[in-house]
Amino acid sequence: MKFVHEFRDPAKVKALAGQIAAVATKPWTIMEICGGQTHAILRFGLDQLLPSALTLVHGPGCPVCVTPVELIDRAVAVASQPGVILCSFGDMLRVPGSESDLLTAKSRGADVRVVYSPLDAVEIARKNPTREVVFFAVGFETTAPANAMAVLHAYHRKLTNFSLLVAHVLVPPAIEAMLHDGAKIDGFLAAGHVCTISGIEEYEPICQRFRVPIVVTGFEPLDILQGIEMCVRQLEAGEARVEIQYDRSVRPEGNRVAQEMVARVFEVTDRKWRGLGLLPRSGLRLREEFRQFDAEIRFRLSEIVREEAAGCLAGLVLQGKARPSECPFFGLQCTPEHPLGAPMVSSEGACAAYYRYRRVPTASDARGQVPK
Amino acid sequence: MVHYTEVQLAHGGGGRLMRELIRGLFLPVFSRRLALTAELPLGSHDSAVFSIPGARLAITTDGYVVRPLFFPGGDIGRLAVFGTVNDLAVSGAEPIALAAAFILEEGFPMRDLERVVMSMQEAAEMAGVSIVTGDTKVVDKGKGDGVFITTTGVGLLASRVVVGPHRVQPGDAVVVSGDLGRHGIAILSVREGLEFQGTIESDCAPLHAHVKALLHQGVDVRCLRDLTRGGLAAALNEIAAEARLGIVLEESAIPVSQEVSAACELLGLDPLYVACEGRLVAFVAAKDAERAQAILRELPGGHQAAIIGRCVSDHPGVVVARGPWGTDRIVDLLSGEQMPRIC
Repeated sequence: MKFVHEFRDPAKVKALAGQIAAVATKPWTIMEICGGQTHAILRFGLDQLLPSALTLVHGPGCPVCVTPVELIDRAVAVASQPGVILCSFGDMLRVPGSESDLLTAKSRGADVRVVYSPLDAVEIARKNPTREVVFFAVGFETTAPANAMAVLHAYHRKLTNFSLLVAHVLVPPAIEAMLHDGAKIDGFLAAGHVCTISGIEEYEPICQRFRVPIVVTGFEPLDILQGIEMCVRQLEAGEARVEIQYDRSVRPEGNRVAQEMVARVFEVTDRKWRGLGLLPRSGLRLREEFRQFDAEIRFRLSEIVREEAAGCLAGLVLQGKARPSECPFFGLQCTPEHPLGAPMVSSEGACAAYYRYRRVPTASDARGQVPK
Repeated sequence: MVHYTEVQLAHGGGGRLMRELIRGLFLPVFSRRLALTAELPLGSHDSAVFSIPGARLAITTDGYVVRPLFFPGGDIGRLAVFGTVNDLAVSGAEPIALAAAFILEEGFPMRDLERVVMSMQEAAEMAGVSIVTGDTKVVDKGKGDGVFITTTGVGLLASRVVVGPHRVQPGDAVVVSGDLGRHGIAILSVREGLEFQGTIESDCAPLHAHVKALLHQGVDVRCLRDLTRGGLAAALNEIAAEARLGIVLEESAIPVSQEVSAACELLGLDPLYVACEGRLVAFVAAKDAERAQAILRELPGGHQAAIIGRCVSDHPGVVVARGPWGTDRIVDLLSGEQMPRIC
C-alpha cells in the first residue's frame, strides 16, 4: 500500500536500527511526545531493536489521556441532559470521569454519538433543529483546525443548537513544563501531525533554553527509527536543534491557512492537564465572538470542578517519569475494562499500549527495555 | 459475577466484556442442572454437541442486529443463515435445518422484509439447509431497529468427527481460509457518517463446504472456528485460553487485502480485530498444514488461504504476533468493539 508499506520495509528497519546502535555511545533518554508514536513503538516492537543504553520514555501526547477528569464529568453531565446529543470521537467514550464515563451515560439513555469529524456533528445539529448538539472538542493542534471550521460552519449557517465542549491543549507548553520540572529527558521526538499544522517556530526557543534536540517525527516504523537516529546524532555531537524528520508532511512554517482559522475562532488560555495539573497558556478556548458556541457557558458546566483521584501513577507516566509497568495497579486493579487512569483507556495511552502488547514477557524482554 | 450495574454495548462486542458476561452469568446459571450431557464443556465451542441414541447432534443459535440491513455483498438475511450454518459447520457438523425468529418493528416496509426473506431462502439453498420453523413478533414503532432475526440451527455429526479446543496440541498449525476483515469494513463503509469511496464487499458466505472438504480429505482437523465479531484475534484468544496453549503468528503471513488494509489504516483499526462472516480458522496437525492450505485455496473466497502460525506450549492463553523484523507483540482480546482513534 502506498505510503504505508514502504515505511515498514523490514530490511530498512533493521539497517536503521543497526545505524542507531553504531552511533549511540552513551546512555540517552529520548521522549516521544505523541501517543500515536508510543502506540507504534509498542505495536511494532521498535524499542526491542534499540541498544540497551538508549531509553525511550513516553510523553503526554495522547489527547484522551490528558483531558482532565472534570471535563469528562462535564461531558457526562451535558450528555445526560434531556434533548442533548453529545457527539464525540470514539476514543473518549470509555475514559473514566470521577463517577461515570460516556458509555455508561449512553447505556442510561443519553444520546451519545461517535463521529469521525466535527463537521458531522454540525450536520447532525442541522438535521435535528429541536435538539441541542454538543461536540466534545478534544485534541492537540492537530484537531483544532477542523473544530474551528465546525464553529465557522455553524456560525455561517446561523445554527443556534450547536456548541463545543472545548478541551484543546497545546504541545509546546507541556514540553516546557516537563523540562522546567527537571525531567531527565535528553531529547524529544515531537509529533509530526501537530507540527504539520503548527510548524516548528515555537519549538526553537525550547531547544535553545533547555539545550535539548527536538526532532519532528512521523508515525511509521521507519519514521520513528529515523527520528531516533537524528536525535542520537545530535546528542552525540553535543548539538541541540529542531530538525524535521517527517518532511513529507511538515513545513517549518506549518499550515498557515489552518493556523489562521484556529486563530480566528480560538484564543490561548490556561488549561488543566490530567497528570500535569494547571499549565499556563497551554490550551485553547473560544474567542469572545464565538462564545455562543461554548457549551460550558450554555449549559453552565464550569460549576463542575473535580480533582484527580490519588492512587494510580498516570501523572508520572504522562511525564515519562514512570513506566506503566512500574505502577502497582498496572494489569491488576487497572485494566482496559476497569481503568483507574486515562492512559489505560485510550489506544494511544502508554498504559494501554503496554497492557495490550507487553503484558506477558516475550523473548525480547531479556534486553531489559520492556516490563517484567 | 459481572462487574457492571448496566449492560454496556461492549457486552455484545465479542471481546473481554462479553466473555465476562457469559462466564459470569449465563454459564454458571444455565449449566447448574443439565438433562443431557454435552460432549464438550458448554460455552467452549460455537455449537453444543450432544449424543442421543442413533445420532450426534450439534445445536446453535445466533441473533442478528446488523445495521444497515443491506450492505455491499450481503444483507441481514444472508448473515442470519450463513452465521448459524457456520457455527454448526465449525463444530464439525453437517447443517440440516434452521429455525428463524423475527422481531419486526411496526412500520417496517414489507418490501424490505420480502427482500430479506427471499435472501434467506437463497442462502439456505446455497448452504443446503431448510428453514423449517419460526416465530414472528412485532414491537411498537421506535422499540426496534427495523428487523432483528434470530436463527437456531441443528446439524448432524459423523461418529468419528471430534473437533474442539481440547484437541489442539503444541506444534499444530493455524490456517485461515481467506483474507480478513472484509465484512467489518464493508459494514463500516456504509454506516452513517463514514461513507468512503471504493466498494469493499462483505465476505459473508457459508463455510460448510470448507469444513466438509477438510474432513473428507483426511486432514487431521483439531479445532475450527468461524471469525465473526472480534475477528481473528478474538477467535485465537478464545482457543488459546480453552486449550491452555500459546499461539505464535507470523504477521506477514496473515492475508489482508489492500483495500481492507488501507481502510484500517485510515480509521485506526487493526485488521486482526475486524469482523468476517465467511472465514474460518483451522487448527490442524502440522503434517497436514500444507494440504489444508491447498484444499482451502480451491474453495470460493479461499485463494488467499494461508498458514499463519502455530501452537506452542509457552505462554499459555496468550497469542503473540511476530513482526516482519522479528519483534513480538501480544494480540490481546479487546474489551469491546474497537474505537476509532482521534488522530
